[in-house]
Parts: sequence; structure tokens; C-alpha cells
Amino acid sequence: MSEAPLPQSSRPVATRRLISWLGTLGPLLVLLCIIALFGEADHLKQGKDVFLTYQNARTIAVQASPVIVAALGMTIVIIAGGIDLAAGTALALSATVLAWFLNNGYSPLLSIAAAILTGCLTGFINGVLVSALRVVPFIVTLGTMTIYLGTAKYLANETTIRPPLADIPTAFDSMVTPRPDPEWLVETLGIPNFAWGVWLALVLAGLLAVVLRYTVFGRYVFALGSNEQTARLCGINVPLMKIAVYTLGGLFVGIAGTYQFARLSSGNPMSGIGMELKFIAAVVIGGGSLTGGRGSVLGTVTGAIMMSVIASGCTQLGWRNPIQDIVIGAIIIAAVTLDQVRQRFWSN
Amino acid sequence: MTDRSALLSMHGITKRFGATRALVDVELSVRAGEVLALIGENGAGKSTLMKVLSGAHRPDGGEMYLDGRIYAPTGPHQARQAGVAMIYQELNLALDLSVAENVMLGQEIHRGGWLRQKREQAQVTAALATLGHPELRPETPVNRLSVGARQLVEIARALVARPKVIVFDEPTSSLTSHDVEHLFQVIARLRSAGLGIIYISHFLEEIRRIADRYSVLRDGRTVGSGRLRDTGEAEIVALMVGRDVNDLFPTVAHTPGKEILSVDGISGVKSPRDVSLRLRRGEILGIAGLVGAGRTELLRCIFALDPVRRGELRVASYCPRANPRARIRAGLGLVSEDRKGEGLAQERSIADNLTLSGLSHYSRAGWLALGRREKAVRDWMQQLEIKAAAPDQAVKELSGGNQQKVAIARVLHQGADIVLLDEPTRGIDVGTKAEIYRRMGQLAAEGKSIIFVSSYLPELLAVCDRVGVMSRGRLREVKPTSAWTEEAIMACAIGGD
Repeated sequence: MSEAPLPQSSRPVATRRLISWLGTLGPLLVLLCIIALFGEADHLKQGKDVFLTYQNARTIAVQASPVIVAALGMTIVIIAGGIDLAAGTALALSATVLAWFLNNGYSPLLSIAAAILTGCLTGFINGVLVSALRVVPFIVTLGTMTIYLGTAKYLANETTIRPPLADIPTAFDSMVTPRPDPEWLVETLGIPNFAWGVWLALVLAGLLAVVLRYTVFGRYVFALGSNEQTARLCGINVPLMKIAVYTLGGLFVGIAGTYQFARLSSGNPMSGIGMELKFIAAVVIGGGSLTGGRGSVLGTVTGAIMMSVIASGCTQLGWRNPIQDIVIGAIIIAAVTLDQVRQRFWSN
Repeated sequence: MTDRSALLSMHGITKRFGATRALVDVELSVRAGEVLALIGENGAGKSTLMKVLSGAHRPDGGEMYLDGRIYAPTGPHQARQAGVAMIYQELNLALDLSVAENVMLGQEIHRGGWLRQKREQAQVTAALATLGHPELRPETPVNRLSVGARQLVEIARALVARPKVIVFDEPTSSLTSHDVEHLFQVIARLRSAGLGIIYISHFLEEIRRIADRYSVLRDGRTVGSGRLRDTGEAEIVALMVGRDVNDLFPTVAHTPGKEILSVDGISGVKSPRDVSLRLRRGEILGIAGLVGAGRTELLRCIFALDPVRRGELRVASYCPRANPRARIRAGLGLVSEDRKGEGLAQERSIADNLTLSGLSHYSRAGWLALGRREKAVRDWMQQLEIKAAAPDQAVKELSGGNQQKVAIARVLHQGADIVLLDEPTRGIDVGTKAEIYRRMGQLAAEGKSIIFVSSYLPELLAVCDRVGVMSRGRLREVKPTSAWTEEAIMACAIGGD
């Protein structure tokens, strides 16, 4: 039996491939453009390069790292069709737990483990509530957001926990310092020297990208976000998947909490308020869809770096903080609009 | 009635929901290499029966055998593993995932959680080749495929599980006629590969083309089955509706009067292209054509839902502005072909849907007189025989036929004189179809005018005063119905430029 082929897109394969690549690398290209723009503007204004310097890159990277790590967790949750509004306060809770453990004389390793476990637990609770109550994640995490804030305040007696500086190992400082010392990486391996927290963030990103791409779990995350009914029909244990997704998201939040403590050397329950929006923004700028099914690790990392670059660039140009906010807001809208245009282009 | 040669058989299946008996002693059997058509009106129990077959419901009585063994699935996934695959009416695909990812969903080939993508690709390619469509690329995201191609992905997914029986639940309801041809070829291939196929459809013409045997369900019972070759259409319809339908197409005498609507050289973005037509009071004008010929677009341009590039529209001698609000005021009303997406707010009540375009009848300074509205809605529900518990029942809980009646009632409620009906009988059972034809005749007799777009030629020829045929965006020919035959319409519809 001979059958006519189905009609397919009339665009040649090469064009389609190019567009597909642009879609994946789009945010990265935009980031490069923004860096170039700020570099040029800065050069014109100052007469010398301040923005495009090794030192500034190290500062930006250090600022972006905790956002990258937490946004990685948000990426999984968003791809799976969920949202985690509690990520900000859960991050602060993790940092507070870390400070509390150090303050009470526990070893740094145990304290870190407690902080990361706290992160996992917050995610686990979100996942169980979403699965068991069948309430939309937006509402569930809106509630747990406040619960985690309250828990952290309770733990910290409504203040900030400041462990004695002598009890905080220097590893915390070198995790997030913009001026790592000694410069062992440069001397021994010839790689640029960033704080180890930066490298950790990149390693985590790489790991997550591999998991999403090459494992059954990763594929189920996309399937769940793309069409939950289909996932259920195909025999995927949807409630269990949701719990796994949120718990994994919480793991990243817990690690990000460790960064937060390293940066502040204290546990401030209030320090995470509003941060979840930054994580969501990173995912969205990177091409993630709030309706689920779409998002990428590369995109999220790019989105997080983009926000740090803009903040830093605006500072260098002497623009005040309000301007930075306006620029970042405009970038978010532009990113999503671009993505829509691309989608429409495809549907034709 | 044990059929030894049957691949799948269901015996004495009974299912109760509370006091209602959804299925009573249902018998059904499919042999290998055979297509069985399962026919029945909406609510006859077809979907309940298929839910029993797929393990979504446990039967209260009866047993099923698959390949000579007792078959008692506990869920869709188990059913698929046992060899019974369902292709649902609503496609179940993760649109953001690729063809291969969708095909392998829930049946991934992996080692310790790590995907073996090469082997998956090979399986997917093999499945697509079996279906006769090796040109579909496994890595293409599904959201870039046409509806027809998406359905193939779904069938391929079923194939990978090595099924013995595949159930198609109204598979053509969202397909273009071109894709329907493809689907029939695919089903023919599956049949010759020795699979048993259950094909559920409302369309008797389709069933005649594709199926070998039929079983008719009515009120949860098997009321007849046999070879299609030996059975006439009227006989099957009579079995379905349970009464002698001497008139599938009831008509009401009406005479067209003065011209009410004139459309001159109207053109949309892609289609329609340069369409002119006249419509008189008390006239039913049918528009035939293939899917994609621009019929829906023509109605949407007349109703100003889609941008009009050129051309003029007059109601009586008045030129209403080009927005739906002005067109409604001028007396036009549109019943959309897409009940779910556009036609009705599925979550909202019958009352809300029915009065949405005519709320001003019940409002004073923005406040709604809800009591008065409810009374009016009850009147309309009675008039159109909308079967529902109460006016505040959500539309999504109604059957397709009753939903369509709500959509039509809204247009009548808003006081439309020119009613644009886009495929109003699609996906509706035979009984309700007849009611809709009768209602159309009555409206014409009351002096209202109707433009009736349909892909089902017998109804066009039975109901309309004149029929026009569209192809490639143009209105080719408008003639009195008596001057048309089905063949002539088809010839005109597929004729090129």
C-alpha cells in the first residue's frame, strides 16, 4: 500500500534547525549583547574599562551563584507545571537553621547538612500538599511561604541569629568572596579564579541538565508539565512525581540557603522575602513557560546571570537602584514576548 | 453466545452508578483482523463500556476474555500492558515533547533510570513505518504537527506496547477529511496486521467504509449486532434511536421573503476571498465545502470576528460596523463550531451561557434581575428541550447535544434574525440532530434567516433552500437545493482555481 506523506512544514530543514538553535541559544545571545552594550557604555563614560574586567566578572558571578542554584530548583518545578512561591522564605529558613546549628555549637558539616535537609523538607511538604490536597501549587506555596517565614522567625526568636565569627569556618567566606585567595586555580591549572561557590553552582547546573536530558525522571518532569492527564494515562505515578519534583526543588533551595548564610554570616529569617520572584524571573527569561513543559537549565543560568549583569552594569554607569528595577522588569517582559513571537512563528 | 474465534470478548457486562444502570448484560466481541464498529447515541453507554474495557471502571457483573484468558484490568496502564490500547477522542499528548518522547511515554527503555535513546528511536521509527508514515521524524516536537499527524503519534504509542486490540473513540471528530483518509489507511494496515479494532463513531458513512461488523448499544444494552454488508442504514439508525425514524430530516414548510442580508466582495486575511451572497428572510442557505475551504472564516467575517480586508456587508440597507457587538445589534448571531474552546464557557452555568449576549434584558444600571433571568432561562430550556437538572448546572456537565442547544438558545435569546450555524450537528446524536433540523425549519417559518455550514451533505440537501459550495476561500456556486446532488457538490468542492 502506498500512502501520501503527511504535509509538513514547508521550511527547509536547515532553516528549521537554525531557528531551533536560536531558540535554545537566544537568551545567551541576548546576554552577550547586554554585556557588550554595558561594556561600550561604560568605556565611553569612564574612559577606561571598569565593567569589562576580570574583577567585575568575579563579582557578578558571585552575586549570581545563589540565584542560579535556587533558580535551578525553580526550573524543575516550573517545567513540571508547578510554581514555588515559598522558595524565598524557605531559603531564608535554611540559612537560619544553619546559623542556629552553628550557634549551638554543632559542627559546620552537620549544620550544612541540616540546612540542606531543611530545604528538602520544605519542598517535600509543598509536594505532599500539592498532591494530597489537590490545591493548585500557587495557593499551596503562597501558604507555605508564610509558614516557612514564621518557622524561621520562631527559630530565631524574631531576630537574626549571629553565630560567633570564630565559629564560622573560612570555607564559607571563600565560597562567595569576589576576591578568592589564594589564587590556586590560576596558578596550578590556568583557569580563571572564581570563588568555589561559583564552580559549585555550575557543577549543579551541569548535573541537573544531564538528569533532565538523559533520565526517565527528567522526561517525566517534562511530560507532567506538558500534559498531566497524558502522564497519568501513560502510567506515570503523578502524585509521587510531584513530591519528587518539589523535594528536588527544595534541595536546591537548601543549598542556596547555604550560600545566603555564607554571604551574610548570619541567619536572617526575613532575608529571603521576595527572592522567589527573582528565581521565577530567571527561569522565565531563560525560556521557561509558566504553563509547564518548557524550560532549560542553560536558559535559567543565563537568566540569573543576566539579572546580575544588569544590576552591576547599571551601578557602574551610576544609575540608581530604581532604574535597575525598571530595566530588569522590561527585560522580563521582552524575553517572554520574544518567546511568544517564536512560538507563533512555529505555529504557522 | 460464546464466540470461540474472538480475540476479545465481553460477556454480560453490567455496571451500576448508584441507582442508574449504565450497562446491562452487554455482549461484545472482536476477532483478530477485524474492525468492529460500536454504535450508539450519546449516553447509550459506549464510553462507560470502553472505560470498563480500559480498566477505568470495574464492572459489577460479567467477564471479559482476551486471547482466551480472563482479562480484568485495574487501570488504563495495565490494560495497555495486557494488550488493549485506547486512542481517545481528545488526543493525549504532551505537546512540548518530541514525537519519540511521546511515543515512549510511560514505556521508556532505560537502564537504572538512564534513557537508552538510540534504542527508543529505533522502536519509534519502526512503529511509524508500520503505520505507513516513516516520514514523521522522531525528534520533531509534537506541537509542530498537524492534528492528523498527532493522532499517528498516539497510535504509534499504542503500537509500541504490542497491543492485540486497539480502540478508536470517535477518532475523526477533529480531523480534516484529508487526515481521515490517512487514518483509514492506517486502520486498514492495522487490521491486515491481525489486530482487533473497535471503532466508535457517530458517522454511519464512515463506519460503512471502515468496519466489518457492528454492535449497537442503546440505554446500556446491546440491541443488535451483525455484518455491515447485510444491514441497511435505516435499520442501524432504528436500532440506535429505538424507534422507527421514518424521518431523519424533519422539515417545516417555510417560504423565503424579502432580502435581508447582502454580502459584497468580502475578503478576509487568507480566506474568504471575494465572496458575495444574498440571504432572504425565512431562508436557509447551506454552505458546503471541504475542511479548510474557508467556510468557517466566511461566517467569522460576516460576524466580524475575523478582520475583514475588503468588501461590504448590509443588513437590510444598513451597514453595521465591523465588530461583533455591532453585528449582534444588527441582528446577527453566530453559533461557533468550537463548542469547547469558543462557543460556550464550559465552567459556567446554562443560565450564564444562555444570557451572556443578552444580559441587557435583565439589567438596570448594571444590576441583574436574577429571578427574572432564571424564569426566562427555564422557558428557553423547555422550548429547546434542553435536558439538564437546573439553569445553574455547569455547561460542561451536559451532553454534546444539550450543549449545542444552549449555544443555539443563546443566539435566539439575543434576538438574532440572521443565524450563522457552523457545523451545528457535529458530534451530536441522531435524535438531537433531528430536533435541530426541525428547529431550523421553525425559525425559517418565523421569518428568521439561517446560514448553515456543514460537512455532512445529506443534511444540507435535506434542510436548505439553497446551497453554495466553497473551495479555496471562494464561494463557487450557489444554486437551489433541488439543482444539486451530492456528487455535484463534491465535484464543485474539490474543483481547483
